[in-house]
Amino acid sequence: MAADYAYVGLFLLVGILFVVFTIEVLSRLLRPSRPNPEKLSTYECGERPIGGSWIQFHVRYYLYALVYIVFAVETVFLFPWAVAFHRLGFFAFIEMMIFIAILLVGLAYAWKKGALEWV
Amino acid sequence: MSPPFTINDLWAISPEMVLTTAAIILLILDFLLPPGRRAVVGYTGLLGIGATFAALGASAGVRAEAFSGMYLSDPFTLFFKTIFLLIAALIILISLNYLSVEGVDQGEYYALVLFATVGMMIMAASGDLLSLYIGLETMSLSIYVLAGFLRKDRRSNEAALKYLLMGAFSSGILLYGMTLLYGLSGSTNLKAISRTLAAQDLHNPALTLAMILLAAGFGFKIATVPFHMYLPDAYEGAPTSVTAFMSVGPKAAGFAVLLRVFLLAIPSLQGSWVQLFYVLSVLTMTVGNVVAIAQKNIKRMLAYSSIAHVGYLLIGLVAGSPLGISAILLYLLVYILMNVGAFAMVILLCRQGLRGDQIEDFSGLAQKSPLAAATMLIFLLSLAGIPPTGGFVAKFYVFGAAIKAGYVLLAVIAVVNTAISLFYYMRVAMVMYMREEPSPITALSPSRPLHWALAIAILGILIIGVYPGPFLGWAWVSLTGLL
Amino acid sequence: MITLSHYLALGAILFIIGMFGVLTRRNAIGILMSIELMLNAVNLNFVAFSRYLPPGALTGQVFAIFVITVAAAEAAVGLAIVLGLFRNFRTVNVDEINLMKW
Repeated sequence: MAADYAYVGLFLLVGILFVVFTIEVLSRLLRPSRPNPEKLSTYECGERPIGGSWIQFHVRYYLYALVYIVFAVETVFLFPWAVAFHRLGFFAFIEMMIFIAILLVGLAYAWKKGALEWV
Repeated sequence: MSPPFTINDLWAISPEMVLTTAAIILLILDFLLPPGRRAVVGYTGLLGIGATFAALGASAGVRAEAFSGMYLSDPFTLFFKTIFLLIAALIILISLNYLSVEGVDQGEYYALVLFATVGMMIMAASGDLLSLYIGLETMSLSIYVLAGFLRKDRRSNEAALKYLLMGAFSSGILLYGMTLLYGLSGSTNLKAISRTLAAQDLHNPALTLAMILLAAGFGFKIATVPFHMYLPDAYEGAPTSVTAFMSVGPKAAGFAVLLRVFLLAIPSLQGSWVQLFYVLSVLTMTVGNVVAIAQKNIKRMLAYSSIAHVGYLLIGLVAGSPLGISAILLYLLVYILMNVGAFAMVILLCRQGLRGDQIEDFSGLAQKSPLAAATMLIFLLSLAGIPPTGGFVAKFYVFGAAIKAGYVLLAVIAVVNTAISLFYYMRVAMVMYMREEPSPITALSPSRPLHWALAIAILGILIIGVYPGPFLGWAWVSLTGLL
Repeated sequence: MITLSHYLALGAILFIIGMFGVLTRRNAIGILMSIELMLNAVNLNFVAFSRYLPPGALTGQVFAIFVITVAAAEAAVGLAIVLGLFRNFRTVNVDEINLMKW
């Protein structure tokens, strides 16, 4: 028991040391140092950030979040099914396809109703 | 490996499958049809209900505990599924014209009504806390959306928010009670819970807590008194057709699961829950009736009256005898007809730009349309419980069951309450018949489906009122498998 | 050693915090979050019971999965309703949303 924890601790320690060593020490020695404002700004998927991040988000973000949350959570059912797939057999496969088909109808509905459009 | 269920299990849930498919078809139809042809969706919904009814009839003979006890297919289920389909059909009939009057003629309305009905059917059939919860939420989520269906109307927004917050809160309480029950018994199957608890010490405080939490959770759903605060606002703000739905659907379904859980899972605690429901029943009918007197808005008045009716219904549960339970079933059937009927009358008065939901709006109705006034009068008489209407018969059996079981005081309180209720029901009648001054209502909504719904409701009430035998027999037979 | 009672105590505390939040918060989103807290307390209870009850009583875990999904659906519907409400009222404070008496 205690030995197991020691292993985990050792791995953790090695991991931390490795990251600290490569990023903070090794790369500092190897890389050229040419800072510019573009490089120092927050990374926003390559877009130039506008304003601070402590703002009220626009309503349209929430619309996406609504569609997202439902589909994201459905994976809760897909995971146990995938893990036990071989034991569940063909019938469970059909059931899951029906489940996904119903979800797809929902997605098609949201799409058709314009919920996915950026207004 | 063989599948964990058989073809018989699929038979047992075939009505739900048909109705779910119908609802999905409605969703697809909704965006395939050109705008303005949305009524087609509603009629297709009626077809779907018909098909479900056929499936229900075909599977009626299957008596099974399907899906290892998750689903119960017995006469009790059959009774409730039948009345849920009746509710759904009536609601679609009264909505067909009303939606275009309110300017929200959208197909998903009908799909949501059907989804809510599927949820109710699952609730009535559930033999396990899990399926009960899924059914409950399927119903509730659909109705939250329906309550807020008038997106531009602030009162509808407010109704939806209050209904949602209180509904979700009560689900949380209910679920916590379920976890305790699961922890104490090691199972979520209602019959298994009952078996385990029968062998246990019943003075366990956790068990009492679980019972109280369950009663509170269901109390929110059916709106018994300490948990009723949200209800008048939700009823007043929601579109009237949805209010009609909310006032009958969740209540009937709530009673179905209440009876199932308390009679099937924790009958060993009957000594304590009878006291609990005794107090709730007295509080509920008294508060409901007294507050209803002060209302000016008819939807709000009917909301308080529906609270009072829940109080009467609980009397049957307190009595606990087969007579009391079958009286509850009969009462629910009558309650559905008369309540939907009364709300349909409110819709009849509603036109573009005029809600017609004040009691004053009924003034002089008897002169303008004697037939409409007479119809409303019969609904009011039935709600008040005056012969020869179904409301009288239902009250008679419920109160009679209480007296037979030895709860004479409770029956007396109920009769006094009935007398109080006469006061506000008859005030509407007085406004219709005695007032001369013209109300802003010039013409009545000329919707044929609405007239059909009214005809069904009124015939049902009168037939049950004059000839209750077969209906009581039906309710009686439906108890096999429950008690 | 962590026993069943530890989990149950944590669950009870979470549940009470959630309940307190529902009753005292003014912001509709805050109330929804408090309800979420209550549901998570329920999940904790279910999973803990399922772990400590005699083996085979797996229903608790299955129940927790369903509660999670339904909670997500509930949150989605709740957010949609709050959004619609915000469009008309320009506020999400429940004590300012009082066209009708509570």
